[in-house]
Amino acid sequence: MARPVQYNTKVKTVEIPEGYSGEGFFATSFDRVIGLARKNSIWPLPFATSCCGIEFMATMASNYDMARFGAERMAFTPRQCDLLMVMGTIAKKMGPVLRQVYLQMAEPRWVMAVGACASSGGIFDTYSVLQGIDQVIPVDVYVPGCPPRPEAIIDGFMNIQQLVHNESLRRRHTDRYKELMTSYGIE
Amino acid sequence: MSEQQNIQLPEGSIERQTTTLNLGPTHPATHGVFQNILEMDGERIVSTVSTVGYIHRAFEKIAERRPYYQITPLTDRLNYCSAPINNLGWHLTVEKLLGIQVPKRVDYLRIIIMELARITDHLICNGVMGVDTGAFTGFLYLMKYRELVYEIYEEICGSRLTTNIGRVGGFERNFTPAAFEKLHRFLEEYPKALKEFETLMTRNRIFMERTQGVGGISAERAMSYGFTGPNLRAAGVDYDVRVAHPYCSYEEFEFSVPVGSTGDCYDRFMVRNAEMWESLSIIRQVLEKLKNEPADVYHADVPAYYLPDKSDVYTKMEALIYHFKIVMGESDILPGELYHAVEGANGELGFYLISDGGRSPYRLHFRRPCFIYYQAYPELVKGAMLSDAIICLSSLNLIAGELDA
Amino acid sequence: MSLTNEHIKQRLADKFGDQVSGFEESFGVLSFIAPKELNLKVMQFLFDDEELRFRFLTDLTAVHYPDRSGEELAVVYHLYNFQDRVRLRFKVYTATAAPQVFTATALYESANWMERETYDFFGVDFVGHPNLKRILNVDEMTYFPMRKEFPLEDPLRVDKDDEMFGR
Repeated sequence: MARPVQYNTKVKTVEIPEGYSGEGFFATSFDRVIGLARKNSIWPLPFATSCCGIEFMATMASNYDMARFGAERMAFTPRQCDLLMVMGTIAKKMGPVLRQVYLQMAEPRWVMAVGACASSGGIFDTYSVLQGIDQVIPVDVYVPGCPPRPEAIIDGFMNIQQLVHNESLRRRHTDRYKELMTSYGIE
Repeated sequence: MSEQQNIQLPEGSIERQTTTLNLGPTHPATHGVFQNILEMDGERIVSTVSTVGYIHRAFEKIAERRPYYQITPLTDRLNYCSAPINNLGWHLTVEKLLGIQVPKRVDYLRIIIMELARITDHLICNGVMGVDTGAFTGFLYLMKYRELVYEIYEEICGSRLTTNIGRVGGFERNFTPAAFEKLHRFLEEYPKALKEFETLMTRNRIFMERTQGVGGISAERAMSYGFTGPNLRAAGVDYDVRVAHPYCSYEEFEFSVPVGSTGDCYDRFMVRNAEMWESLSIIRQVLEKLKNEPADVYHADVPAYYLPDKSDVYTKMEALIYHFKIVMGESDILPGELYHAVEGANGELGFYLISDGGRSPYRLHFRRPCFIYYQAYPELVKGAMLSDAIICLSSLNLIAGELDA
Repeated sequence: MSLTNEHIKQRLADKFGDQVSGFEESFGVLSFIAPKELNLKVMQFLFDDEELRFRFLTDLTAVHYPDRSGEELAVVYHLYNFQDRVRLRFKVYTATAAPQVFTATALYESANWMERETYDFFGVDFVGHPNLKRILNVDEMTYFPMRKEFPLEDPLRVDKDDEMFGR
């Protein structure tokens, strides 16, 4: 039996950025187009170590479906990714590994600290746990919760999208950014 | 190796060389933070060196500084795929120390929660085994139903993954009618999904080829390595703490303990699958028995250890005193030493507690099943292919949080 | 006939005389103390004996009692008999100054990592262990963190004000 053909009529397109349009042309600034493109095609690198990683599994699985945000492709190699999602406790033993993963990522790169442990050490104020990943790498968005609900992770992700969308192309070359990197000892 | 035996290779040639391959700690196929340095002869694994401790969080040290009721959230983060079992296991340990008798209904409600937790854990493990053999579909099917279990938890304790469910002496609130409704819905819908998952996987040629005969272990070796839980049962030993040392009125229910024969990845998968069916059947029996219990009992009558109702704290003197004593850690804890084990999702989860009568345990040691059986990994994968090593790792259901404590 | 704690106690007393001591039964589990030189002999006896058959090492850990001079560290073994479903606990005491205890790895494969963990946390030196090094903590660590005198928190951390946390 032939299956009825269905068209997806609920396609949602992104908003057109501000600009000038006329007969056969549309002009806008470069920043905006690139921001738009980057925003909707973020490749996340899930750096899941513990409980928050399990909530992340829920976030990307059927119910919450992170792919809706253009983050369909989980790439597991840092060289290809834009967004480092750190989920779970980072012990001191893991700190250098995390830093190395960050260094391997190409600019522009963003970092999201998901959950209390990644943000501040959480309930584990102990000799073996790094008290927040911002001690070794710069962080763009912190997501609170122990673990955060999938909705919170998605909210954090949308905040990253906002940052990506509005970021100036020159930001990564500014003195301020270089200063930040130097403060982490990253050239 | 044997295919090339007719080719005469010169001395010191490629056949004699091995390659070192680093797997982890952030490798995507290792579901958790484990590092394995594999010595490879071509595609075969010659030897493995495992390094763990990448998320060591010093649970046991924290436990020496916290009052008893604050240790429950710690246990959540041991095996976070089945957090309620850890919570209730800890409560059962403390109740054993304090000699608290809980009403039957509390036991039954606890069994419901623990069996739901077992289902969610096995569901992830089996789903992930599918992912690692290249079948993502099963995982997506099952994850949808894990959300249903999480909705039940939310109804009971307000939280999803790290539940902090229950208190010493019972539950902090009664199960709402909505919780039972959701439970019935889960019992209605999940068997169909599980059946479909089984149809997809168990007789799937590719899956069987990938898992049968991979990572097998004999019963003797498994026991020597300290295997417990589904992994030991897959090797053919019918040891289940729920049967051997019943707690929480498990002895009142009919269930079988599924066992495998060769202890390979396929057997582990099948044992977990069968256990999910057994868990569903236990929950149904419990619901049947619950009908004869008074519907408003959800905790034991032990005011010295169980936090009183908030409205009582504001209006009654005794309640206020008990509340103060419990929160400040002044309630009398008996000195004693005990080992209590529950059947966690991965095996025998033991709590070795030494109390000196103080506010917090003098020493609390968690017997973490993952930690103990992971040391068998080099033996399990010796001589196997590289891709088999990945399957073997996911079939063991290693949870990094539990392993590293 | 199932194995009773009384019977185990009797068998042990017959075999080792007054070298094993401190028999007590708490929460249904028999517990006793053996001298640390004899820990392997006791375990071997419990393992091999046709009646006792304690062939599963459930758990191995240590406890630190700083006040008992000369026997600060207690190594605790939990053994299990699968056939009769009996648990057994025994301890050996050792001093922090000379924390040498014989390893159980020859009898139980599972003792390997549990002993490494115990070494990592308490510094118990298991004589004869094939690979006794730290397992959970970093190799560079200089102390044994589970001993009572060491603090839980990292003393070098700067971002948390202990006064705010009531410590």
